[in-house]
Order: sequence, then C-alpha cells, then structure tokens
Amino acid sequence: MAAGVAAWLPFARAAAIGWMPVANCPMPLAPTDKNKRQDELIVLNVSGRRFETWRTTLERYPDTLLGSTEKEFFFNEDTKEYFFDRDPEVFRCVLNFYRTGKLHYPRYECISAYDDELAFYGILPEIIGDCCYEEYKDRKRENAERLQDDLDSENNQESMPSLSFRQTMWRAFENPHTSTMALVFYYVTGFFIAVSVITNVVETVPCGTVPGSKELPCGERYSVAFFCLDTACVMIFTVEYLLRLFAAPSRYRFIRSVMSIIDVVAIMPYYIGLVMTNNEDVSGAFVTLRVFRVFRIFKFSRHSQGLRILGYTLKSCASELGFLLFSLTMAIIIFATVMFYAEKGSSASKFTSIPASFWYTIVTMTTLGYGDMVPKTIAGKIFGSICSLSGVLVIALPVPVIVSNFSRIYHQNQRADKRRAQKKARLARIRVAKTGSSNAYLHSKRNGLLNEALELMGTPEEAHVGKTTSLIESQHHHLLHCLEKTTNHEFIDEQMYEQNCLESSMQNYPSTRSPSLSSHQGLTTTCCSRRSKKTTHLPNSNLPATRLRSMQELSTIHIQGSEQPSLTTSRSSLNLKADDGLRPNCKTSQITTAIISIPTPPALTPEGESRPPPASPGPNTNIPAIASNVVKVSAL
Amino acid sequence: MGAVMGTFSSLQTKQRRTSKDIAWWYYQYQRDKIEDELEMTMVCHRPEGLEQLEAQTNFTKRELQVLYRGFKNECPSGVVNEETFKQIYAQFFPHGDASTYAHYLFHAFDTTQTGSVKFEDFVTALSILLRGTVHEKLRWTFNLYDINKDGYINKEEMMDIVKAIYDMMGKYTYPVLREDTPRQHVDVFFQKMDKNKDGIVTLDEFLESCQEDDNIMRSLQLFQNVM
Repeated sequence: MAAGVAAWLPFARAAAIGWMPVANCPMPLAPTDKNKRQDELIVLNVSGRRFETWRTTLERYPDTLLGSTEKEFFFNEDTKEYFFDRDPEVFRCVLNFYRTGKLHYPRYECISAYDDELAFYGILPEIIGDCCYEEYKDRKRENAERLQDDLDSENNQESMPSLSFRQTMWRAFENPHTSTMALVFYYVTGFFIAVSVITNVVETVPCGTVPGSKELPCGERYSVAFFCLDTACVMIFTVEYLLRLFAAPSRYRFIRSVMSIIDVVAIMPYYIGLVMTNNEDVSGAFVTLRVFRVFRIFKFSRHSQGLRILGYTLKSCASELGFLLFSLTMAIIIFATVMFYAEKGSSASKFTSIPASFWYTIVTMTTLGYGDMVPKTIAGKIFGSICSLSGVLVIALPVPVIVSNFSRIYHQNQRADKRRAQKKARLARIRVAKTGSSNAYLHSKRNGLLNEALELMGTPEEAHVGKTTSLIESQHHHLLHCLEKTTNHEFIDEQMYEQNCLESSMQNYPSTRSPSLSSHQGLTTTCCSRRSKKTTHLPNSNLPATRLRSMQELSTIHIQGSEQPSLTTSRSSLNLKADDGLRPNCKTSQITTAIISIPTPPALTPEGESRPPPASPGPNTNIPAIASNVVKVSAL
Repeated sequence: MGAVMGTFSSLQTKQRRTSKDIAWWYYQYQRDKIEDELEMTMVCHRPEGLEQLEAQTNFTKRELQVLYRGFKNECPSGVVNEETFKQIYAQFFPHGDASTYAHYLFHAFDTTQTGSVKFEDFVTALSILLRGTVHEKLRWTFNLYDINKDGYINKEEMMDIVKAIYDMMGKYTYPVLREDTPRQHVDVFFQKMDKNKDGIVTLDEFLESCQEDDNIMRSLQLFQNVM
C-alpha cells in the first residue's frame, strides 16, 4: 500500500460501517493501537531544510497555500514551525516567487514533479516568468504527447473479452502478431506482393531472340507463364481485399482509406484486361493501365513500418513541403524568364520560350546540369550561375525541417515500441506487487489465527511466533476480515480456487449434509483432502512451534458457534453438522470459520492422502482445556 | 474561505507571446493547436479554518491536521472527484473490484451532489462515522443504502449495494461465489429489517431492527478508536 494512501486508511475503515447492517456474522475485533498516539510529526522543515522568510512576504499572494490560513494545517506546535513533506529544491523556486514576484522553472526539474509541487502550493503555472515560460510549455507539450502515446498504445493493447469472428479477423489483419494465422497470412501476402512486382519488372526485360524475329521482352516470350503468375497474384490480392472488406468495422470508412484505394488500383488493370477484348484501339489505353500495376509496391507499406513513418512524415510535413514547392516555383519562373530574355539575342538558342526555359532552370537549380540546354551569351551565363547558386540555397532551407520532423516521428515510434516491450515487464511487476499484497493478507490471516490458537492453548511464549506486521497492515487486514465476515465468503488465492472448482465438479461436495458418522468421515475426508492440499501449497512460514504441533497431526479448523442454519454454502454450517455427529452436547452459540492450515512436513502428509481417522480423537481430547465456546475439530 | 477558481485559457498564452514573423507564426499556429487541447481548468479549494472545523466536528485539532495532510496529499486541488475516490478505495481491496461500492460511498459523502467531495464533507462524514452517536451512524448508513435518496430502501437498491460488496471480494473466494448468493443475502436482510412486510424499509424500521440486533450494535462500535 502506498504510504500516502495509508493516510486514508481511517476513512476506508470508517466506510466499513456501511457493511455492518448487511452482515450476518459478527465482526472480528479491531487491532488495538498499543503505542499511545504519539506525536507523528517529524520535527523538520520542508524535508529538513529550513527556510526563513517574513510573514508579510508570504501574504503577498493570499490565494496560495502559503499565503492563506491553509498552512495552519501544517503547523507543528512543538517546534513552532511549519513542516512540509515536499521537495526542498522546488520549494526554493516557490519561495523565490513570493520574494521576487517571478516564478522560474528550473530546467533540470522533471516537468510533472514541478507541476505537482505547484499544484500542492496552489500556484498557477501561468505565473511563470517570460524567461522560463517557453521552456516550460515545450516540456509540458512533449510530456503530454508522450503520455498520449502511452494511452493510445494502452487502448490498442486492451484485449477485449469476447470478439466476434469478424472482429478477430480485423484485429488479425491490423496487427499480425496477434495469432499465428495472422502472421502466416501476413507473410504470404508479402511474398505475393514481391512476386507480383518482380514479374512486372522482369516482363519488360529483353529475353533473348527467337530465331526469325526481333528481340522480345520476356513478357511476350513466356506470355502464358507470366499470365498465370499474374492471375495467381491477383487472385490472392482480390481474396485479401474482400476479406478485409468483410472484416472492416466500418466498411464505408475502409473503402475511403488510402490502403484500400491502392489495393483496388493494383488489381483493377487485370480485370479490365480480362473484360476488354483484343481490340486494337482500346488495347493502347489498356497498356497504359498496366502502369498502375506498379502501385502494388505500395501494398508493402502494410508490411513495413518505416514506409508508414515516411508516408506519415510527408503528410505531417505537408506545410513545409508546400512552402518548398511554392518557393521553388517562384524561383523557377523568375529565372526562366530572365534566362529567356537574356538568351533571346543568341542565334540557334535552345531557349525558345519561357516554358522551354523551365527545364533548364529546374535542372540547374537542382544542380543536375544535364547540359542539353546551355546559355551562350555572357548575360545568360551570369544569370545561369546565379540561378544554380540560389537553387542550392532554396532547396537546402526547408529540407532540414522535414528531416527533423521525420526524426521526431521515427523516434516517437521507437519509443512506442520500446514502451510496449517494457510494458509487459512492468505489468508483470505490478501484478506481482498486487498479488503480494493480497497474499500478504492470506498469509497473515493464517499466521494471525495460529497465534490466537496458540494463545488459547495456553502457550503464551509461542504466541509471538510468526511475522510481526505493522499496525497499518494489521488494520488493513482487519478491514479485509470484516469484509469476509459481511459476505460470509473467504479470500483464497488462485490456485486454491482452481482446485476447489475441480474438486467440486468431481465430488459434488457442497450440497449433502448428513449428520451420520460414516458420512461424517466421508465428509471430513473430502473437506480434509482439500485441506491437506491447501497445506502443502503454503510456503513454510518458519514457525518453530509448528514442529512440535505437527507431531500431533495438525491441521486445525477453528470453529466458534453461530446460528445460521440457512447458509447452505457456508462451510461453517457443514462443519457444524459434522460436529454434531461427534459431540452433540457442544454449545454452538456462534460459528465463524477461520481456516488455519499449518504446514506440515512433507513426510507426514503426502498430497491427497487422507489422514487416518484415529488421529481425530487426538486433538479432540484437548478440548476440555480450552474455553468452552471454542470447539476444535481436526480437519484431516 | 471558499473555493478559489483559477482558470486560464489559451487566450492568455497568446497574449504572452511576443509578436513574431509570419513564418514563425505559421509554425506556432501548429503548436497552439496542441495547446488548446492542453487547456485546463484548475480548481483550487481551500477548506474552512481549523477552528471552525474543530467546532463543527468531533475531532481534535491534531486529528484534523492528520486527516488534512492525507487528504491534501492525494488531492492537491482540495477536492476529490469520483475517479480519484475510486482509485484510492480500490487500493485497499486488491482482490476484487471496489469501484461500485466506492461509487455509492462517494454519493453518500457528496451530500450536496456536486460531483466532488471537499474536505469539509469528508471530515463531517468521518466525524459521524467515527465519533457520532449510534443513531447518527445508522442514519448515515441508511442514507448510504438509499441510492436514489428517496427515503426508502427497496429490494433493488439493497441488491445493488450487496452486489457491490460482493464484488469487492473478487473471484477467488471460498466457498465459491454463486450467482444467487447476493440475492439470498438480501432476502435475509429484508426479512429482518422489513417489519411490516411492505417490500421497502423505512428509516424507522431500519433503526428499530438494527437496535434490536446485538451483532450490529456491537460492530458499530468497532471503529471507535480508528483515529
């Protein structure tokens, strides 16, 4: 339990009053606070560092914690000082604010820690001075983006309890790592995309001559083979597209998405080709359609994250790209005009019109310099050199912005992947801590009741055996114990639960209640077999006293009487009946069940073996020594 | 001392920016779009003075100090909203799901139904629960069970409450929680509480039945010395 939340324990315990009227059984006793309530205050200031300032300084800002009477809550009477259990470093900045009126943000501070401190002292971050404000806002935005990524990836990772077939299919398509089928599908489609692209390329390579005719490209020489390959690929792509269409949660949105358009454009030429006959005029247009087959290569973007990042970068840098394009266009037009008029004089000039000069300007500005168009006049050469110099500048300026955008997005993605990888380990650790706290309760329950049993047995010196828990822990456990009593069910750990489920399905145990002795034996064997199974799962709690007791064959169930015959599912009533079989004259005023299972050495209790009945009279003979309203039945 | 509301909007941030070139403005425009999304409303609530609270509740100054420190640590803004409340309460019950019961608790604490619990509400309720008379405690509990605050508890409300309590137990219980366990529990409760068998429990019936039951009386005194 977090230390901060421990301060809320009184509240949680008080709220437990809400369970009281509903509970059927009496509550366990509360742990007593043995130490008289001492002064909890630590005599320190802001974690040990003493700051001194005038009261009027603080009262300059009456709507903050330090400037108002709220700080009286933190006043320590004994040392006559105000104690704050907070970070002294940040407190320095806070106090400087009161002194100078300007709040500064130290760059070495973590942004969320700083925000927490400001929130605690009741200071609005807007008051941060101009000198530090931009830094603060930048860091804050970065942090928010990072947390947003976290949330997004969390939402994506949530496994929904039950998905329809369609939803599982969609998930498999979107994230191939969810199942092996999805992975297989992913790799198969990737393979076929590659095959298709390679066939498209190889189709046009000249394949060697057939004697008696000119050199043919491979596509025409082995046209049947290529046609079959193409058909196969298009089949796969069509099936994939139809499956995605079927599985998509919103079909309309899916159809409009870029990837689906690429899919359609990639397979359309084939079908159009099938439909069209070998009509001479139309086949010319058809040939151009085949160009669109190259779009199949874009299908790879589903398979490559880098491609997707690139696409996303370009999309997010649209403004910078637009600017680049615009400035380039401006420069091209200017220089083309100038070059045209400069070269107008020279004869046989290639610069026949301004649009013709565009080609020269573009080639020069991008420093390609093909040399097919060259200025001949001096003026032309001068302007040509200015053109190439300025080209370098105009292109070099927006490119770093695009590059930095790409780098930021790429790193963000890396971070997301890293976080996803670490998340499993993190969650595992959190789960361990959680089960640790719930197991702590189960252990202390057993140990605590063992202590009580030992006390009642009149062996006070052994009562202190077992782990000593802090007061807060014992209060927390008492709270959980009250909840158990209210609902008449007990907390057990996962393994026990699984076993109980198995056994109850195997042995039909809960419903029969027969007071006869023979079935009592049977009942005790069933419940005891469970008991003994329970014991072997407990870690050895290192109780030296148990070694002695184990000689007397122990697994004791503590039973105090109660009057709840109507609770059929309660173990207590079952044992009550079983008890009745043995000792009818026992006082049964109140029954509450608490289960103690003391780990016995493995030699004595191999799992599943039911203890021989003669052992049962053993502890029972101890009964007279115990207080009369406590009945012990050995659960074997 | 009342609530102090400090709100800031992106408008202020725009005022803070010195004038920049068109090109830079173009870039900042993109940034501001994100800032608008970060727009927050900071609500700071400061509680009544220590003396007033001491007079209004049954706690001593020291106890109030301790309570406030814990409160302020979890909720620096001075109010608890339902989410935080549920999170805090869930920490005590790692086995099961405490959110439903925390929801009902929250509405029992939030007497003015504003959606947030201030320190005064918190301390007032605690004062009743820990230091109040039996009558007050029972009345508070009745208010907790009466979900729609109409003055009567009917079977559905009781079912909801009992189901919420059983939810806190979680899945791994012994004996295994069955579907009708809560309903049986509620039936027992109603048999006991509903004197005139009209299907609803009024405050008087509740008080009478609880005072007749020794178990309940005893358990109400259980948390006497919690603070």
